[in-house]
Amino acid sequence: MVATSTNPQGSTPIFRRKLQLPFPLNIYQSSIGRKWVMALTGIGLLGFVIVHMIGNFHIYEGPVQLHEYAETLRGLGGGLFPRTFLLWLLRIGLAGMFLLHIHSAYSLKERSRKASDKADFVGGEKKYGSKRDYVAANYASRTMRWTGPIVLLYLLFHLADLTWGWWLGDDYVLGDPYHNVVASLSSLPVAIIYVVATVALSIHIFHGTWSLFQSLGINNPKYNDLRRTLAKLIAGIVLVGNLSFPVLVTAKLIDDDNRKCEVGDVACLEHEAEKH
Amino acid sequence: MTVLNSKIPDGPVADKWENHKFSTKLVNPNNKRRFEIIVVGTGLAGASAAASLSELGYKVKAFTFHDSPRRAHSIAAQGGINGAKNYTNDGDSVHRLFYDTVKGGDYRSREANVHRLAEVSVNIIDQAAAQGVPFAREYGGLLDNRSFGGAQVSRTFYARGQTGQQLLLGAYQALAKQVASGGIELHTRTELLDVVLKDGRACGIVTRDLVSGEVASHSGHAVVLATGGYGNVYYLSTNAMACNVTAAWRAHRKGAFFANPCYTQIHPTCIPASDEFQSKLTLMSESLRNDGRIWVPDAFDDTRSPSQIPDSERDYYLERKYPAFGNLVPRDVASRNAKTVVDQGKGVGTLKNGVYLDFEAAIERDGEAAVRSKYGNLFDMYQNITGENPYQTPMRIYPAIHYTMGGVWVDYNLMTTIPGCYSIGEANFSDHGANRLGASALMQGLADGYFVLPYTIGDDLAGRLGEATVPTDDPVFAEAEAGAHDQINRFMSIGGTRSVDWFHRELGKIVWDYIGMERTREGLEKALSEIPALEEEFWKDLRLPGSAATLNSGLEKAGRVADFFELAKLMARDGLDREESCGGHFRAEHQTDEGEAQRDDENFAHVAAWEWNGADSVQTRHQEELTFENVALTQRSYK
Amino acid sequence: MTQELNLTLQVWRQEGASDPGHFETYAANGISEDMSFLEMLDIINEDLIENDQIPIEFDHDCREGICGTCSLMINGQAHGQEKATTTCQLHMRKFNDGDTIVVEPFRARAFPVVKDLVVDRSSFDRIIESGGYISVNTGAASDANLTPVPKEAADTSFDAAACIGCGACVAACPNSAAQLFTSAKLAHLNLIPQGQSQRFERTETMVDTMETFFGSCTNHGECHEACPKEISLDFIAFMNRDYVKAKMKNRKLAGQS
Repeated sequence: MVATSTNPQGSTPIFRRKLQLPFPLNIYQSSIGRKWVMALTGIGLLGFVIVHMIGNFHIYEGPVQLHEYAETLRGLGGGLFPRTFLLWLLRIGLAGMFLLHIHSAYSLKERSRKASDKADFVGGEKKYGSKRDYVAANYASRTMRWTGPIVLLYLLFHLADLTWGWWLGDDYVLGDPYHNVVASLSSLPVAIIYVVATVALSIHIFHGTWSLFQSLGINNPKYNDLRRTLAKLIAGIVLVGNLSFPVLVTAKLIDDDNRKCEVGDVACLEHEAEKH
Repeated sequence: MTVLNSKIPDGPVADKWENHKFSTKLVNPNNKRRFEIIVVGTGLAGASAAASLSELGYKVKAFTFHDSPRRAHSIAAQGGINGAKNYTNDGDSVHRLFYDTVKGGDYRSREANVHRLAEVSVNIIDQAAAQGVPFAREYGGLLDNRSFGGAQVSRTFYARGQTGQQLLLGAYQALAKQVASGGIELHTRTELLDVVLKDGRACGIVTRDLVSGEVASHSGHAVVLATGGYGNVYYLSTNAMACNVTAAWRAHRKGAFFANPCYTQIHPTCIPASDEFQSKLTLMSESLRNDGRIWVPDAFDDTRSPSQIPDSERDYYLERKYPAFGNLVPRDVASRNAKTVVDQGKGVGTLKNGVYLDFEAAIERDGEAAVRSKYGNLFDMYQNITGENPYQTPMRIYPAIHYTMGGVWVDYNLMTTIPGCYSIGEANFSDHGANRLGASALMQGLADGYFVLPYTIGDDLAGRLGEATVPTDDPVFAEAEAGAHDQINRFMSIGGTRSVDWFHRELGKIVWDYIGMERTREGLEKALSEIPALEEEFWKDLRLPGSAATLNSGLEKAGRVADFFELAKLMARDGLDREESCGGHFRAEHQTDEGEAQRDDENFAHVAAWEWNGADSVQTRHQEELTFENVALTQRSYK
Repeated sequence: MTQELNLTLQVWRQEGASDPGHFETYAANGISEDMSFLEMLDIINEDLIENDQIPIEFDHDCREGICGTCSLMINGQAHGQEKATTTCQLHMRKFNDGDTIVVEPFRARAFPVVKDLVVDRSSFDRIIESGGYISVNTGAASDANLTPVPKEAADTSFDAAACIGCGACVAACPNSAAQLFTSAKLAHLNLIPQGQSQRFERTETMVDTMETFFGSCTNHGECHEACPKEISLDFIAFMNRDYVKAKMKNRKLAGQS
């Protein structure tokens, strides 16, 4: 009999290496690199979430200040850039980060599914026939692939709701975000959507904040415990801060009463803002 | 009386290896790739040999029955590895390690081999450290040493309690590097079934793929057997479940002499068996004896818990009998004394099959943290297995079979009596004499693989340049394959009633009772009548469900147990003929008034090497006389 | 007195890689609580042989928790519920009389089932072969004490090197990722001076090989919980950092730091 080299079945690669792209695209070809991109875009998006939330706190100062804040955003860059130029740059950057974040997440999920699926003789999505007994994986980490899409759907809803004003119809007043927010959140179903989305976002952020340290390899036993604390802190702030809007509107603590300017009177808002 | 040529080089013992290296024929670097070498077994010895040979340029085929070379049982060695580095400045030297090893082996090893072993021990440490083996270090970043069973200097390098694991991983990684470079063709889950000879020379092997059941032939210019020891003949031992003698034994059946099979080592610190179905005994590092005190209750059948037995009613029998060495007497002495007290009825534990190893004094002296840092993992392991906490209650220990000094006879070049067939590591008989010192097994396995065989194999190969390997369609291979098929078919068609494990267990009981820690003429003769009877039953009453064309661990075990039967008979015969006590071979008839082993240097200062004469006749005993020019033969005394 | 347990086992039986496989129920009666889980399987096998049925194949060897051969998903947990314990060191005293225990092989697409509970983990060997070593040919080493290694670094390197290559990390991972295994070997070699010259090359090749077999990490931490040697997740972070560094670094000018 001819001597043959035993090549165990398990030695056959499942994922073929594709052609190596030039630097830095080759980083994105590996799943570790993709996690790295996911973490970096996560940081960017997290920054956006926090800044966006803090900006929205102007709502508590009143319609004028919120309008003024919106104007400041449009005028970012001062005399250096044309009006709304920098804002658009940020928007495009944000959209890019979103796309990368989503693409890396989706492609890695697919990859993991493929790495497990042939093992699946039991049926369904389950890797094992017995009840899986998770020890370390918490609710947040296991639901990233659910909280992510929820946040995405919410985001589309949110844009349609307050940026494009699709269903507020005549009640949507361009340039009066205060009114728009109040008008939208006054509807209980909408408020519930905001609450659900905020909870999902916070859960997503809780695991994401801890996880990004791992993915980026930022690690030192001296401060490793702080990573969990930080994750809890940030998730908590995002949760409480963003929940405050629908809750307070629903509780009628924020409403259109006692406004100095009439709803729809954008010129009045601008005038008041200038007096500041 | 000179069938056996040990090829020991001339000259003073300290120069022999140097001289030999110089006089050994060399194979030109460009010609090495023309030689194919088969290495069977990928433990410490096999992996290190395969890697080193491949680095030199030889084409290597490595075989293991495991799913990965990293599983070999070398991985379980805990304590450490000796190296005559004298980093501790306590008077160690190559000569002292040589001396200690010859003495520890009870003057039944070859001086020249042992000296070579001591010489290369320092290179092993260097090699391992460079490979990244995470040896224990001191705060200055330099290597730490400890003293180990039987040694009065600190020359043992260690990596927590997992030295064997780390050294094996080092060798495995060196092997992996060569596999990736194409220098080694690695065959996993493949077991050797036969060594094939053509014109009296080893020309290849026959293997069985354990997954597909396929029987195949592999040819090479040389065959290296690095297949470990035969401790599993006892069924219960500290060996892994799959350890076996099959490769060595099949070589023996083809003409390799088998030397000193009665030299088996008992390890004094194992966890006693808890019931009949126990599948193996777990060893705890002997280093525990550095700080633990061994005792039994004074009273017979004392059922009190150890904490209730006051110091005055305890017998610290090793400290009492051997004041100089105390709890650190050599393994065989410690083991036999444990057997003596247990046989007296002073044993502890439910089955009364152990003695206490007590850390109370050490914890009091150094604190629990210090003890934990030294032995933490061993204590955890003990607690996990027994459910008892050794920080609070003494451990129970009892000896178990651990290592076999006997093995395939090899000359100074590590070649067996089959030209072209080599044996290295525990599989050969060479360096430990009748008893092995602690922390010397890792040393010998790696010495053979890294630093001896790669030199000595060239001596034979150099003269064979241009010779092609025997093609695997040669009739010698066809015949060997047919023989392998025959045996498999025979096993599968017995259709009896008992499992392989049942026979193995029964065989183990006989071997442990009569060829165990203490042997007598009567017992050995009894073994020689009981083993063949059981063997006959095995061939009539074995039941092997399943097929030979798939993974079938019963079939694998059947082949191994069949060889154990034949080996056990030879062990008894060897023990019977060796009318003396030495090292791991203790004949009750030959002991001093103090109960110590009584050697007979006049008549037995030799190696007994057995020649196979066919399945139906008894092997012939050959002798290789041992001469001691550098170490004076003394009666061991550890008082 | 030793307690005896009567248990019901649901064991995965599968002829080979192409067989769909199924669960089979076995009764395990009179099991001593001092037995290990594998000794309990031995007894079931003895019974099966007695009844002329084909025994259950399972991987095992040293039975002292160091060789990494044994595996098994026991009630949905790799190596069973005990922390820092291999299946061979899992004792029956951890179970209760009357329990039903589900026993399955370690699953991942890169670990095809060989038979019953035996899987093929050779993908791990391929990862090691791609760089899990320090290239030092036999004989080329200098004196061991020429290269001091800070004790803390040596200890951490050992913590990583303690990996036994059993595959529990992959089995426990919902993504079938092998990050813990790969990062353990990388940390073992990359944390000590001896491993520095090949550090980034090794990181790149080992990770790239790993990624041809396994899924992607989502930082659940299940691997660490399942690991019989409690290998730390910190090593995964270390690997991630070194991998991206490796991609960025100009190794020809390694000295410029």
